[in-house]
Amino acid sequence: MKPSAFRYALPSTLRDAIDIRARFEDSVILAGGQSLIPTMNFRLANPEVVIDLRKLDELNYVRVADGVVRIGAMARQRVVEQNDEVAAANPLIRETLLNVAHPVIRNRGTVGGSLAHADPSAELPTLLTTMRGAITVCGPSGRRTIAAEDFFEFIFTTAMEPDELLVEAAIPALEPGEGWAFAEFARRHGDYSVAGVAVTLKLGADRRIDRVRLGACGIATTPALLTECERFLTGKSPSPELFAEAGTLARDAVTVSDDSATSKVYRQHVLAGLVARNLTTAMTRTDGA
Amino acid sequence: MTETTEFEPNALVRINVEVNGRAVSEEVSTRLLLSDFLRHQLRLTGTHVGCEHGVCGACTVHIDGTPARSCLTLAVQVDGCSIRTVEGLANADGSLHPVQQAFKECHALQCGFCTPGFMMAVAGLLDERDDLRTAEDDSIREDIAGNVCRCTGYMNIVSAVRRAAELTNEKG
Repeated sequence: MKPSAFRYALPSTLRDAIDIRARFEDSVILAGGQSLIPTMNFRLANPEVVIDLRKLDELNYVRVADGVVRIGAMARQRVVEQNDEVAAANPLIRETLLNVAHPVIRNRGTVGGSLAHADPSAELPTLLTTMRGAITVCGPSGRRTIAAEDFFEFIFTTAMEPDELLVEAAIPALEPGEGWAFAEFARRHGDYSVAGVAVTLKLGADRRIDRVRLGACGIATTPALLTECERFLTGKSPSPELFAEAGTLARDAVTVSDDSATSKVYRQHVLAGLVARNLTTAMTRTDGA
Repeated sequence: MTETTEFEPNALVRINVEVNGRAVSEEVSTRLLLSDFLRHQLRLTGTHVGCEHGVCGACTVHIDGTPARSCLTLAVQVDGCSIRTVEGLANADGSLHPVQQAFKECHALQCGFCTPGFMMAVAGLLDERDDLRTAEDDSIREDIAGNVCRCTGYMNIVSAVRRAAELTNEKG
């Protein structure tokens, strides 16, 4: 098995990468290659041009400053996962990354690659969406920043123009005392999940829920924000019953229909369980819980 | 600063890599996978090719000291990198690497097809974790979950991971 023949471009600057991208209609970006190369091996993708970003050190960075974690598009998933500064600022990032495929895949896979690939069952797009993060892209006319909620439009489809490249993901830090949890359920460890849920939870001085973020992967054509659950929970006193009720409420967010592995009803059931379980975990990690 | 370069389809590109400590300079087709480069062009057939889409882990090698799937990497991508394959595990005098010794002692292989990939993944794990001697089965299984074995049922592989950590420790 091998990819079909392609023109290979190795830009040394971001500007050159964008120029090449603009010149060829049928081009793909090679970042970590952990999703692209399998599709090329199977010849599901037969691009005319492959643009390899490995020389773009300008996109390979991780910075934590002013309450925001900024991850360059070419930062390897494993490097971000093992970065203690990132984990201190927002521990949800590490917990989410630990669920992305296997360690050996994360050694090569990049954060930018996963986001640009926009698989609705993938973990990182859901992390960005749940955290209300932002994605910066760069094209011939310059940079622009897109809210994660607006970035993912459909399966494998983003708000990027064909001649734009993803350059940075920005994820807010958690506030002191804010709890977090990411967990997913898969038939085999490391497989695509039936569903996965990301949560952050912050209590107010009155011990009621001051702010909750809830998002899920694997249940819709984009990463899903469970906004109804968020509204339902805000201002209430946390309890196991409340979290179970939020899980039940989340079931309506499943819009994908039955597939070869999982029925819609089962997916709803898994989602409801994960929402309740992750809220409970996040609760135990809040300040003074 | 290197220049931006573009290559026609099927162009041959010269890559310079270090493979198991030896400098190699070869011309490769841009679409050649690293796994096929190692096996067909360098005749290092210890790296096994199973699924060719990143699921089975049989083709795992080290790129600049880090385990990676050679079937999910193009040969041109490793220009300037250092590659270690299963052929590079044993010492120059022929004595076995702790991972090889442990797999032998614990009978952690049957047909042997997955073994090179497993050993490269475990060798990487030994570099990363110093708690493996006493680690729970679950945590070891989690770390080797990216490699598939269809014979052993994994019990002996988990034992071999622990034994490899012991042997590494003894050597200091």
